[in-house]
Amino acid sequence: MRKNLKAWLYLLPAILFLGFFMVYPLVDVLVYSFEEGYNSASQTFMGVGLYNYSYVLHDPYFLQAVKNTLILVIITVPVSTGLALLISLGLNSIKKLKELYQTVYFLPYVTNTLAVGLVFMILFKKTPYTDGMVNMLIKLFGGSSVDFIDGPYWAKMFVLCFYTVWIVLPFKILILTSALASVNEDYYKAAKIDGASKWRVFTRITLPMISPMIFYLVITGFIGAFKAYSDAVALFGTNLNAAKMNTIVGYVYDMLYGDSGGYPSYASAAALILFAIVFTITVINLLISKKQVSV
Amino acid sequence: MKVKVSHITKIFPSRNKKSKETVTALDDFSFEIPDGKLVGLLGPSGCGKSTMLNVISGLEKPTSGRVYFGEDDVTDLPPEVRGVGLVFQNYALYPHMTVRKNIMFPLENLKGDKKLTKEQMQERVEQAAKLVQITDYMERKPSQMSGGQQQRVAIARALVKLPGILLLDEPLSNLDARLRLQTREELRRIQRETGITTVFVTHDQEEAMSISDMIVVMKEGVLNQVGKPQEIYDDPVNLFVAKFLGTPPINVFRGRLAGGRLMIGSEPVLEAKAAPDREVWIGVRPEGFIPAEDGELTCSFVNVEVMGRDTTVVSTHPDCENASIRSIISSDLKVEPKNGSVKFRLKPHKVHLFDAETEERLRTELLPVGEGREHA
Ligand SMILES: Nc1ncnc2c1ncn2[C@@H]1O[C@H](COP(=O)(O)OP(=O)(O)OP(=O)(O)O)[C@@H](O)[C@H]1O
Ligand SMILES: [Mg+2]
Repeated sequence: MRKNLKAWLYLLPAILFLGFFMVYPLVDVLVYSFEEGYNSASQTFMGVGLYNYSYVLHDPYFLQAVKNTLILVIITVPVSTGLALLISLGLNSIKKLKELYQTVYFLPYVTNTLAVGLVFMILFKKTPYTDGMVNMLIKLFGGSSVDFIDGPYWAKMFVLCFYTVWIVLPFKILILTSALASVNEDYYKAAKIDGASKWRVFTRITLPMISPMIFYLVITGFIGAFKAYSDAVALFGTNLNAAKMNTIVGYVYDMLYGDSGGYPSYASAAALILFAIVFTITVINLLISKKQVSV
Repeated sequence: MKVKVSHITKIFPSRNKKSKETVTALDDFSFEIPDGKLVGLLGPSGCGKSTMLNVISGLEKPTSGRVYFGEDDVTDLPPEVRGVGLVFQNYALYPHMTVRKNIMFPLENLKGDKKLTKEQMQERVEQAAKLVQITDYMERKPSQMSGGQQQRVAIARALVKLPGILLLDEPLSNLDARLRLQTREELRRIQRETGITTVFVTHDQEEAMSISDMIVVMKEGVLNQVGKPQEIYDDPVNLFVAKFLGTPPINVFRGRLAGGRLMIGSEPVLEAKAAPDREVWIGVRPEGFIPAEDGELTCSFVNVEVMGRDTTVVSTHPDCENASIRSIISSDLKVEPKNGSVKFRLKPHKVHLFDAETEERLRTELLPVGEGREHA
């Protein structure tokens, strides 16, 4: 009992801090989301119920945002993790100039988001003077140019996914290269003696050995992609609803502060729906990883 | 299968990028292992034992020299086609696989006409498991087993594809003293049962002496001596080998040959007829001392340790390299120190002479003091 008391005492600052800045706002958001017709000026509301949720779920902007976010999640998480794995394997197997390559791959991580945004502009944006580098390439191979920033939905989605993958890649590579490097060399030697082919070594030894890290990346990747917002702004500006490129977090933001904003109740409802989705997916992820990861 | 390594040299590039210095892990190394024997590769840490094993297994390519299995030159073959089983120092069992899957892994990799059916694999796994007596643990993960059990799994995994040669890199070093004794007997039994040519790396001379048919003693990448354990013990080629083998270790004295006598300090301890005068190292095995009142060698008495059968007399001598002289004497001999000193006679065949400079063995004939004189 004495010991317990001491433990709680140590935890107290963290608990107070978390309680004040996380639990209290969360509860507040929950409360807001059920208050109908809330007026932020007079701090009054008309009733309690599910109207806010119903409104949000019927709002075409919200549905668009959910669709965008889901596409983003479903495409970028597997692609970025897979790509990072490939690159890490490559980095791990080269001997010469290893550090140099590792630094090169890590550069985007320490580069400012806006600078990366600028690079993407140069790559994709159409201006009166140029169609952008990517379009030049497309034309070179006989295609017709596409406006990636203000053009068709798929083109914009492509750029957003590309950008997101690009942004998250360095971190994943960093994690996976260190995970690969930490696999004891003897396992590979043993596998060589045992006559395992390269592919079998990868699927039966390397992959299981680094699976905890892969699951970590998948889970944090899902959460990160669900919370995406700033990337879309960096590419398409702040009026994301008009560009049909909004994300759920973007929708929440717009409902609070956007031009059509001032609706904390709707924002809260949307935020809680996002929370429910992320929570469910994370729990599913953890359950699967418990079964699979076994080192 | 017979194994022969011929003039193997292995030079590693320096690990430190800045220095250009290279490491010669093996230097013109040759020896031959007869079919079906258990050979101990013995030497101090860092002398190139693991490197030798890796060269035999094919994990490392020698800088020069050839490796033969039977009559075949396998130097350029990759490890998987050489048909060797290798047990790593830390076992390297795949932690995410059960014991059964670990043992089965090498079989699943077999290709072409060697490919086995599921049933054949199961049977082979069972056989290997039975041989090393781990059939009760087949569904466990390696982390749920003791060191000794893990080691047996590692041996089973190495044996399951019926290799021609079994290589073990310090397989017992992770075990506690009792388990080590037990497991090395086990190893010997498995080797006898399978009749598989086995090379076994260790830096523990006692381990090597107790189970090997043959010992290869090496130092800093250079082969020092090959032979049966007792032969090497009785007839070491140099001071290093003499010091490395035997517990308690050989007692080394500074001495000299002078006027047909072997001198330690001012005392002539043995006759050495027809030997030119020179400085020498004198190695005396612990069992080479006979306590005697008229003995030639006078040592300062420290104490007597009685351990079961053996009586060990501990003493010191100013010309002895060892911190203390340990002599094992038969327990019916009485040791009575006089004025704090004991006197010993030396058994000539337990005394080895080495050149003071090169530390190579000198094959000077030694006789007890007096015997030579009678003829003179
Ligand atoms: N890959 C390598 N690169 C550079 N030097 C190496 C390499 N492998 C081994 N060496 C060096 O070669 C020498 C012999 O090493 P080895 O591992 O064969 O020794 P060992 O006899 O097995 O020692 P231990 O008993 O400590 O295992 C050592 O000096 C070691 O530093
Ligand atoms: Mg070693």
